[in-house]
Amino acid sequence: MSVFRNTYRPYTGDLTPTWSRFLILPRYAWQRVFSSKLLTAFFVACFLWPLGAAVIIYLHHNLRALDFLNLSALQLVLINTEFFLVVLTAQGTFAFLLTVFVGPGLISADLANNGLPLYLCRPFSRAEYVLGKMSVLAGLLSLVTWIPCLLLFLLQWSLARAEWFSEYWRIGPAILLGSWIWILVISLLSLALSAWVKWKLAAGALLMGVFFVTAGFGEAINSIFETDLGYVINIGELIKTVWAWLFGVPLQAKVPITSAWSALLGICAGCISLLARRVRAYEVAR
Amino acid sequence: MPESVIELDGLEVRFGERPILKGLRASLSGRAIGLLGPNGAGKTTLIHALLGFHPPFQGTARVFGHDIRREIKQIRGLVGYMPENDCYIAGMSAIRMVRLMAELSGLAPRDALERAHEALFNVGLGEARYRAVETYSLGMKQLAKLAQAIVHGPKLLFLDEPTNGLDPPARQRMLQLIRDIRDNGDLRLILSSHLLRDVEECCEEVLILKGGRIVHYSNLEEERRANKKFLELEIYGGNGSFVEAVEKMGCECALSGRRLKVVLPESLEIRDLYRHAAEQQVQIRRLSYRRDSLEDIFLRAMEESEAG
Repeated sequence: MSVFRNTYRPYTGDLTPTWSRFLILPRYAWQRVFSSKLLTAFFVACFLWPLGAAVIIYLHHNLRALDFLNLSALQLVLINTEFFLVVLTAQGTFAFLLTVFVGPGLISADLANNGLPLYLCRPFSRAEYVLGKMSVLAGLLSLVTWIPCLLLFLLQWSLARAEWFSEYWRIGPAILLGSWIWILVISLLSLALSAWVKWKLAAGALLMGVFFVTAGFGEAINSIFETDLGYVINIGELIKTVWAWLFGVPLQAKVPITSAWSALLGICAGCISLLARRVRAYEVAR
Repeated sequence: MPESVIELDGLEVRFGERPILKGLRASLSGRAIGLLGPNGAGKTTLIHALLGFHPPFQGTARVFGHDIRREIKQIRGLVGYMPENDCYIAGMSAIRMVRLMAELSGLAPRDALERAHEALFNVGLGEARYRAVETYSLGMKQLAKLAQAIVHGPKLLFLDEPTNGLDPPARQRMLQLIRDIRDNGDLRLILSSHLLRDVEECCEEVLILKGGRIVHYSNLEEERRANKKFLELEIYGGNGSFVEAVEKMGCECALSGRRLKVVLPESLEIRDLYRHAAEQQVQIRRLSYRRDSLEDIFLRAMEESEAG
């Protein structure tokens, strides 16, 4: 690009709509994320599982291919609610790992280098900043969770008979809602940790710790007090309960569904409160 | 009547229970306004309050007529801000950082890229614009901060201690840049500094703060025009009757140690002073013409605030 003016001049062009400016942050962040070969390779690996699931669905509806492979349809797993729940669970795990890699550096880098005043001195609010940073994760995690799962559902729907859809229509909305709940919870958690722990590696480790330590602590509570209340602080168990409820799968309910919803909402509210306290242009010493 | 850039209307800002800005009232309309004051006077807090970083406890302020309580987004759309401390977006080259900031201010990606190149060339970082900002020296980081503040073509530029940590040549270059920016287009600027020379070299108006209060407001241009030229004498000997004699001649005098400031009426000449000095056996060892500098104005304001 040629630069032909070396003096200051005012800007007289058009401005972009204010509502769309939060989307600038993910665009820049994704460029950085995909500049890492390791992360790109992991991101590609996240699609292997849905690809395998797509092959299974295809084989279920293609007798010629089954003949060619010397297989019968009975040898393949059934395409039902459990099948999609297993695919979503696997994708949810990949999504979590992706969040561990990407999430912790999103806010901590700006805080460590006092970058927030540069964002917030513009017509760009704290809420838009958080929304923009969340969109970084929401975009990536959507590609890993609900988009491939929903595509699988649509593939099965298009190949199966109408009876299949009338029996399993609930899977589609369950995938969408279940994925978004998971995306919301892990995005907010990782952003909150990123805002409070300036060191990226420590924030990543802490995010892992939040899941595994709370699970262990919950189990300890259960065994000491001979109760199931410990599951309320086990995020993995909470999301499993909510997903099972959404998919309509009978599950030995370790946590009542209302408690699971309340606990997840509480976690989200806590994270938002942590973000609100930390995402400020300047800390005020009172 | 020139358009008011900033109106302070009883602005009070508190951090918890601690008042930081105490009922500021002023109307500033100059092209370049200096905020002066000792450390902790409230200069940075005032800029932050005008940017909406600290909500007012009482009163309000208006920037180009927009109220900071209700129209902060409009205000932020009109201003550029160069913060005092080291701040940048890690892992980004200067060109990417400045482009990102331009886009966040509302420029389309293509315009943002073009103006980011321009702004970085303008501040003198053209050759280093593809380097990561964290690898920059302190002076270069200051210039990168200035580039991100002007990239979107603001109407008002807040510069918070822009020469902090710069060596003398870099400081001169920064001040020259600020003057160039001030003189191009209709941009107004607010320069906060505790360095009198910086403000004196760049500003037309000056607001002096101390302990969160305005202790003096002065229009430097008018002050320079109205400022009477006076003589500064260094005197030795005598028993004080020389000063009385000079006053009887119709001069305005102010004695401070051995230094005597004298405003001569048109009817008198310097030789009359020498004649009286000889009569009183006073030696005049130095005599020079002077005008009040910003330092004099500042020191007087500080003394008056302490006395008041």
